[in-house]
Order: sequence, then structure tokens, then C-alpha cells
Amino acid sequence: MTTISPIEESSTKELVQIEKEHADHRMFGLAAFLIADGMTFAGFFAAYLTFKAVNPLLPDAIYELELPLPTLNTVLLLVSSATFHRAGEALRKNEAKQCQKWLLITAALGVSFLASQMVEYFTLPFGLTDNLYASTFYALTGFHGLHVTLGAIMILIVWWQTRSPGGRITAQNQFPLEAAELYWHFVDGIWVILFIILYLL
Amino acid sequence: MTIALPPNDQESPRELQPKGWLRYFSFSLDHKVIGLQYLVCGFIFYLIGGALASAIRVELASPVSDFMARDVYNQVLTLHGTIMIFLWIVPVVNGAFGNYLIPFYVGARDMAFPRLNAVAFWLIPPAGLMLISSYFITGAAQSGWTAYPPLSITTPEAGQIIWILSVLLLGGSSIFGGINFIATILKLRRPGLQLMQLPMYCWAMLGTSILVVLSTPVLAGTLVLLSFDIVAHTGFFNPVLGGNVIVYQHLFWFYSHPAVYIMVLPAFGLVSEILPVHSRKPLFGYATMVYSIMAIVVLGLVVWAHHMFTSGTPPWMRLFFTIATSFIAVPTGIKFFNWVATLWGGRISLNSAVLFSCGFIINFVLGGITGVALAQVPFDVHVHDTYFVVAHFHYIVYGGSVFVIFSSIYHWYPKFTGRMLNENIGRFHFLITFIGFNLCFLPQHWLGLNGMPRRVAEYDPQFTFINQISSVGALLMALSTLPFLWNVIHSAFKGPLAGDNPWRALTPEWLTSSPPPVENWTGQAPLVIEPYGYGKEHKEQINETTANTNSEKKNQ
Amino acid sequence: MRSAILASLACASLLIGGVWIGQNVNLLPTDASINAPVYDELFKVLFTIGTILFVGMAGLVVYSLIQFRRKPGELGDGLPIEGNLSLEIFWTAVPAIVVLFVGIYSYDIYDRMGGMQPLHHEMHRHETSNVQERIWGGIGSGTVERTEEIQTDTLPIEVIAQQFAFLFHYPKGDILSGELHVPTNQPVSMRMESKDVIHAFWVPEFRLKQDVIPGQPTILNFTPTKPGRYPIICAELCGPYHGGMRSSVVVESAEDYQDWFKKNSKDTILDS
Ligand code: HEA
Ligand code: HEA
Ligand code: CUA
Ligand SMILES: [Cu+2]
Repeated sequence: MTTISPIEESSTKELVQIEKEHADHRMFGLAAFLIADGMTFAGFFAAYLTFKAVNPLLPDAIYELELPLPTLNTVLLLVSSATFHRAGEALRKNEAKQCQKWLLITAALGVSFLASQMVEYFTLPFGLTDNLYASTFYALTGFHGLHVTLGAIMILIVWWQTRSPGGRITAQNQFPLEAAELYWHFVDGIWVILFIILYLL
Repeated sequence: MTIALPPNDQESPRELQPKGWLRYFSFSLDHKVIGLQYLVCGFIFYLIGGALASAIRVELASPVSDFMARDVYNQVLTLHGTIMIFLWIVPVVNGAFGNYLIPFYVGARDMAFPRLNAVAFWLIPPAGLMLISSYFITGAAQSGWTAYPPLSITTPEAGQIIWILSVLLLGGSSIFGGINFIATILKLRRPGLQLMQLPMYCWAMLGTSILVVLSTPVLAGTLVLLSFDIVAHTGFFNPVLGGNVIVYQHLFWFYSHPAVYIMVLPAFGLVSEILPVHSRKPLFGYATMVYSIMAIVVLGLVVWAHHMFTSGTPPWMRLFFTIATSFIAVPTGIKFFNWVATLWGGRISLNSAVLFSCGFIINFVLGGITGVALAQVPFDVHVHDTYFVVAHFHYIVYGGSVFVIFSSIYHWYPKFTGRMLNENIGRFHFLITFIGFNLCFLPQHWLGLNGMPRRVAEYDPQFTFINQISSVGALLMALSTLPFLWNVIHSAFKGPLAGDNPWRALTPEWLTSSPPPVENWTGQAPLVIEPYGYGKEHKEQINETTANTNSEKKNQ
Repeated sequence: MRSAILASLACASLLIGGVWIGQNVNLLPTDASINAPVYDELFKVLFTIGTILFVGMAGLVVYSLIQFRRKPGELGDGLPIEGNLSLEIFWTAVPAIVVLFVGIYSYDIYDRMGGMQPLHHEMHRHETSNVQERIWGGIGSGTVERTEEIQTDTLPIEVIAQQFAFLFHYPKGDILSGELHVPTNQPVSMRMESKDVIHAFWVPEFRLKQDVIPGQPTILNFTPTKPGRYPIICAELCGPYHGGMRSSVVVESAEDYQDWFKKNSKDTILDS
């Protein structure tokens, strides 16, 4: 990202110039924010694992989670990460149409993730307040689902803004797209951890 | 890659900001304005928190619950703890001084994200007002600032939910601030300025912000779960529904122990700025100071369970947390010895700033020593949740952080306003505060050791006399606020003009006019690679820079 | 030379004074359980170290402020000393050694209090049903010292805490009591559980405290030594009447205890 070395030798005039322009540190800020967000999930995971270790459920309350749907969800999200990446590539190559296509595909994948998550919620035999695990399960997946929802909305906004020639997102101003992309990868990464901890362990 | 800001950000929005005193009530993007907003707002909350503390001390002047109803007492102490921590110490040592000083120290014209910065500040007043108004509307939370379930689930809901909401807002504000500080310190440094040349306060803020970013989100998540337990009747922390109350304590302290370093590391940084200036000596042991800050950050993240020694934690865990906690004394000790070495052989001006800083050293050492004692499991099982703990942490949060805040106000007031405070009133303020503080909290150690639990409105009559001494001390502290307030308000209008650099300091914030212009320097930011170069040959050179920037400033 | 002598004199008197204060100033209530004297031993050591450190540091600060204060008319700077490696090493090593010593010593104390021993909850097995139950640690039982004087059998007691009272149940005689009665020199093992919120059982004279937690039973073991009546204090905020949640423990001779037991026991056949 930002390298200061060429600036160091620069003359005073350039220095003032650069100070005024203010290098773009928004990606850095976003990364820091995602670390913070990740810590929220880390707290939830830690709570879940501790519950599991010290509050074993009575045998009849244990319910084995079905795997097919969440596996499908994992695939959906992983693929969507790749398609988002393609969208970014396209933008960098200044191919607006391609970029929009890939963005829409990504959004569609995200929405189908949410839909399939909903299907899972409705087929599960336990509700939010049934027991500790039910609560934790819904809290974790729900909090993640909230992130996916936000991400999908962000993608659609990005898509909207790449459409018109006067829109804000172009090859010259990629930040919104890149930010949404980083966020989306983050959400996917969290899902993978969540999938392993919640479904496989 | 240096990217120009998008078009609508480019025409500097600062020009559209209100000018004059009105800007302190606006959504200003100027880091100096935001810093002062934090400071004044925090101080108002301090007065409110202090008024609540006075109410506590009035109640405790007699062994029966007569001044307040018992549940009101619990509300008052919950509000007192929450306000003092989340609305006074944390916003002021981080937000106020951080915003004011960090851009100067890194040679920048503002923080990395000015708008985020303003948002972070403006989250605080509504959160605080909400918290306080809950007392009048629904009754405030009454489960202490720790809000342990199941108590926090079974006490009246409305107050607890409002408490959670406002702490969430304040946590968010703190995270935004933390991100901003990290980006500013790491990314906005003036070209040519190395990390190891930064003033110590930058390091303190970097460490603190790392703690903020890593631990505050955990608290946020935990409080969200707690609010589910209250509103949606889930059972995370509700034993009736199979939940586990201890998990809450782990998660809570995972934030709240680092939070104590969030309250004190910036104070360490501020003292490191103040002492060299007034003793005319370089800060002793710069590099070790930096390493010890980072060591405190790392250790601070792995000691949380020392608040839970009686919660039925397994023996190995107690052992680990005892050892880890005790070891924090080592890096902390390094800092204290370095400060004493900074004083040693200096030419110390005995002004209010120095007195408060040295008062801080003395108080904090006592609080730290009782802290190390508390870290020993066998010692703690007797005094946990007693007035011994209350004494421990007031020695640190009041005798430490609050003393440093006063010291910093005395030191930077000329920078903020361009006028000097009255030193005699300042020294008087110090004297009364120091005496009142020790009178109030020293006897509480004895109370705790001899059987007075904390968070009680009524107690064994054998403790009456000592409690009354403590209350007299609190009264002195309350009175000591009055000369300070008078001094600060009167001097803002009538104080003698300070000039740009009344302390002849070398740190960058003094190398511009007082108060500074909107973008900090009219010309180029000065390159200060030796912020503590007192008594050195090349001082002349730096003074020249000072002269330059100052003359340029005249037309401002 | 003179200053060196003065400095060592100051150090010596600091050390001696600290030790004297640590040994002679008593800030604690009477000791009425087997681990209380052990606790007081630790307290003395911590108090000594703390006094020396605090007086030393405060002394250095006050001395510097007086000795190195700016005299009127002085404008110059102090010496530009930026650091000193051997000094830094010195004041890293000394606290590290002190802290290590304190840590190991307090571990030893804790072990002597029985804190590191596995909890004796065998005696409570009978009433825990098929559900495997987790018992959470308090202070374990038994200490190294004075084991000979102690009768080997432990007195099991069940403690129920609720807003805002303690209830003591003696399984042996099926006694329910609001006041704890225990004979001197007999180990007591309490299994504690709360009915509502977290409380804490604290007897200052025993130097013992353990949270009483809903849903997670805890164990606390102790051996009382001095007859008398001591307060039991709830030490965890548990609601408006938290401050009034008190009871007392009556430590009495074995005979007095037997009298009390007989008077209250519901079992007709008394086993003693
Ligand atoms: C700014 C706030 C702050 C700070 C910095 C600290 C610092 C420390 N605290 Fe404190 N603490 C609190 C605020 C703070 N604390 C609060 C608010 C609570 C109560 C919370 C509640 O329950 O409501 C609490 C409670 C608390 C407990 C739990 C007590 C209980 O509830 O039973 C413990 C136990 O280990 C502890 C330990 C320590 C230690 C070891 C340090 C160390 O960091 C101190 C290190 C400093 C020194 C040791 C002094 C300087 C060093 C030297 C001069 C070198 C030589 C020294 C030695 C060799 C010992 N604290
Ligand atoms: C973090 C900072 C902080 C600060 C600065 C203070 C400052 C003070 N605290 Fe506080 N305190 C806490 C943090 C802090 N406290 C916490 C976290 C708790 C635990 C809460 C809990 O258990 O949950 C606590 C608990 C606590 C207790 C224990 C209550 C109990 O357990 O039952 C007591 C009792 O003496 C006390 C006293 C005081 C006093 C006398 C001051 C004094 O230093 C205050 C001095 C200031 C003033 C007196 C203000 C003066 C101004 C006026 C009086 C004018 C008023 C004007 C207007 C309103 C316009 N505090
Ligand atoms: Cu029970 Cu406090
Ligand atoms: Cu702590």
C-alpha cells in the first residue's frame, strides 16, 4: 500500500502537497475494524467452546446437526469469495460490464446463502430458547448471518455505483469495491471457522 | 500508492465548520476541538460521578441505611462506577489528550479519519445522558458496574437494558477511537520521523489502542448475549435455563482487565511527557519504556481471571493467573524507576503539574503493591470483594489516572487557551486533593482486612469511625474541586498570557502558536527527532526551528 | 563518600524499619481457623515487602523533589542523561526476583491451606443422582500442620444461599439451621449451592471466602480452631439486602457442639 520512501527524498513543496492530499488509509482502518469484529466472534466461539466443555447436556437433549445444508452454504460462500475477486479484477482492467456481472453473481450467492440458512432455521427441531446450545447456535449463526446481510447490501450498493458512468466507483476509485471485497472475504473466513466449530466438532 | 481523496472530500470541509466558541458544540472535524470536547464533556461527567461518590460517602457515614434506600444505593454505586470508568477516565486519557496531542506528535495536521473521530466523540454525550436519565425514568441498573448475571437478569429490566445500550455505545466510540489512533500513529507519521523517535505518549496510545481493538469487542458481544438473556429469555448466563454464569465473568474480565490498562497506560504516557519538561532532563530509558509498555499490553491480555479467584476456578488456573498477574509488576516497575531517574539530578520546577505527577507516582506505587498482593490467591480469598479492593483500585484510578489528568491540565492549559493558570491555587488544589484522597482511601484497606464487604449500604457498627474518616476525606476531595474549577474558568479569561512555549518544551505541540492554528502549523510540520533533548548541544538548532515556525505563525 | 555512607544508612534503616513494621503492625482480626495463621504469615511477608518498596519509592520521589528543585534564578537544564543499561537491568531483575519469590511463597502458602488438593467431595456423592455433576473448586481440605490433633472424620455440611440468607443443613442429624455450629479442631467440608443469584460465604476470622453459585456447587473446607462467635458475611452483590445478608458461625468445644447437635437433631438414634 502506502510507501513513504520516495516521499522522504522529496522536496518541501512535494511534502506539503502530500500532506494536503493525505494518503488513503481507509483500507488500513477497515482492516483494524475487522480485527475488532473478529474479536467479537472470537468471544462467541470461546463462550460456545466453554459451554460445551463444562456444561454437558443431558443425553436426550443432544441433537446432531444435519450436514448437507451447511456444507452447501460453505461452498456458496467460498465460491462467492472467488466471484467477488473476479469482479475486482475486472474493475482494475476497466471492464465495467464484466465487473457488474460478477458483482451480481456474488450478491446472488450471498442471498442464496441467506435463503438456505433460513431453510435450515425452519427445519431445525429446536428454537432459540430451548437450551443453551440452541441459544448459542442461533446467536452465532445469526450474528454471522447479519454480517452476510450487510455484505450483500454493500455489494448491491457497489454494483449500483459501478453502473452509471457518473457513478463513484471506477478504475480510478476502487476503494468502495475493495473495502466490500475485504469485508466479504472476512465474513467467509468467519463462516469457515464457524462451520468447523459448530458443525464438525 | 497515494490516492487522492474522492471529489466530495477534497474541498476541505473544515472551512465549512463554524468558527469561534460555537465550534465546540458542533460536529467539528478539527482534532484539537474534538480533544477539548472530550475533555470538557468528561469533566462534567466526573462532577456527576463525583456527586454520586459523595452520596455514597454520606450514606456510609453511618452504619445503617438511612440516607438512601438500599436499592437506590445499588443504583448509585453502579452509576458511579460506570460513569467514572466509561465516561470520565477512558474518554479523557484516551480521547481528550490523544486527540489533542497525537497529530502534533506524529507531525500530522489531523487524525487519520477526522469524520470517524467526530462520530466517536458524539456517541458519548447521548450514551451518558441515556445512562443518567435511566435513574430518573426507570431506575438505573443496580447490579454494579460488573453486571454479573444472574443478578443482572433478575433485577428490574429497563435500567439494565439501558445500561447495556449505553455501554455498547461507549464501547463503539472507544473502538472507533482506537482504530483512528493506530492508523494515525502508524500511517500518518511525518516523513523522516522514525517510530523510536516518537514521544512516549504515542507509544502508550499505540499500546492502549491495541488493547481497545482486541478486547472491547468481546465486551460488546458479551453484553449482547446478556441482553438476549434479559429480553428474549435465552439462557446463556441463566442457570435456571442451563446457562453458565462463570462464562460471563470470564468474558467480562477479558475486557475489563485490559480496560484498567486502557485507563492507566495513556496516563503513563502523559507523565512521561510532563516530567522531562519540568525537570529539564531527557526521559530516562526511552527504549525500555517502550518495551515495558508493550510487555504490559501482552501480559494485560492474559491475567483476567485474577478477578475470579473465589468463583470456583480450577487450581491450575488460579496458579497461572497469579504468576502472570504478579509479573506485570516488572514492566510497570521499570517505568516508575525510569521516572524517578528522570527526576534525579534535574532542575525540577515545583509547579502544580509536577506535584500532581509525583503524587501520581506515590499513589500508584501503593495501589500497585496492593494489586500484587491481591494477585496472590491465598491473600485474595480473604479480601476479595471487600473495601481492600475498593482501596486498591481507587489508589490507581484516582491516585493514578485522575492525578495525571489534573497534572496534564496544568501542563497543557497554556497550549489549549494561550493563558497560564494560577500556580498558587494549583498547588493549594494539589495539597487538598492529596490529603483528602489519602484520608478517604487509606483507611479502607483496614476496613477490608477486618471484614467490611464492598457494595453495602449498611455495615457492622464497629467500622463507623473509620468510615467517617473516609467520608471526611471524600468531603475534602469534593471541596478541592472548587478552587480548581475557579482557576480554570477564571484563567481562561483573566489569566496572564502564556506565549507560545511557556515551559520551553521541545515536544512538537509546543513548536507552534498557543492555541495552535486550525491545521496545526502554517508552514511545514517541524521534524522533531529528539523530543526530550534537554541539556544537549544541538538544542540551539531546535530552538531555531521553534523560532521559525513561530514567526510564520504571526499572521495566523 | 559521605553521601555513600548516608545512602547505605538510609537503605539499612529502610529495611529494618520495613521488617519491624511488617512484623509488629497487626491489621488483621483474630485468627480462628487452621489456615488463618498461615494466611497471617503471608500477610506479614507481603506487608514487609510492600512497606519497604513504598517507603523507598516515596522517599526517592520526595528526596528528588527537594534536592533537585529549581532554585530561584536557575535557568539551565539538567544533565542530558538518557539511560543507563546496568541500572535498567538492575531494576528489572530486582522486581522480577521479588515477584518470583512472592509467587512461589504464596503458592506454598496456598498449598498449605489445601488450595491445591483435589476436592474431597466423595461424601457428597450419595445425593448426586445419575447426572454427572461438576463440583467447583474452593479451598481443598486438610493442611500439613497440626494434622495429629485433628480428628480424622470430616463434618459434612450443605450450605444453601438465597436472597438474603444462608441455610445450613447437617445431613447427619438432618438439622436445618440459620446459624453455623462447628466443633473446634474438626475439619468441616461444606458443599454450597445458591438458589438464585451469586452469593459468597466469607468468615473474616477464618480468612476464607468462596462464592456460592447457582447451578454450580462449590466446596469449601476448613478447620476452626478458636471457640467464639464470628460473623458470616455475604461478599457478593446479590440485591438490595446484600448488606444485610449475614449470619454467624459458632465455634464451640466438642461437648458444646454435641449438646447443640442432640438438641436439634431429628434422628432419634444418635450416633456420636
Ligand atoms: C487503572 C486501573 C488499574 C490498574 C492499573 C490496576 C493494576 C493492577 N491491579 Fe487492579 N483493579 C482495578 C484497577 C486497576 N488495577 C479495578 C477497578 C479493580 C476492581 C474491579 C472490580 O471488581 O470492580 C481491580 C482489582 C484487582 C484485582 C482483583 C481483586 C479482587 O476483586 O479480589 C487484582 C488481583 O490480582 C488486581 C491486581 C492488580 C495488579 C497486580 C496490578 C498491576 O498492574 C500493578 C503494577 C504496579 C506496581 C506493582 C507498582 C510499581 C512497581 C514497582 C515500584 C516495582 C516493584 C514492585 C514489586 C516488586 C511488587 N486488581
Ligand atoms: C474510575 C474512576 C473512579 C473515580 C475517579 C472514583 C472516585 C471516587 N470514588 Fe469510586 N468507584 C469506582 C471508580 C471510581 N471512583 C468504581 C469502578 C467503583 C466500583 C463500583 C461497583 O462496585 O460496581 C467505585 C466504588 C466506590 C465506592 C464503593 C461503593 C461500594 O462498594 O459500596 C466508594 C466508597 O467510598 C467510592 C468512593 C469514591 C470517592 C469518594 C471518589 C472521589 O474521588 C470523587 C471525588 C470527586 C468529587 C467529590 C466531585 C466533586 C464535585 C462536586 C461534589 C460538585 C458536584 C457538582 C455538580 C453535580 C454540578 N467509589
Ligand atoms: Cu448474598 Cu450478597
Ligand atoms: Cu484486573
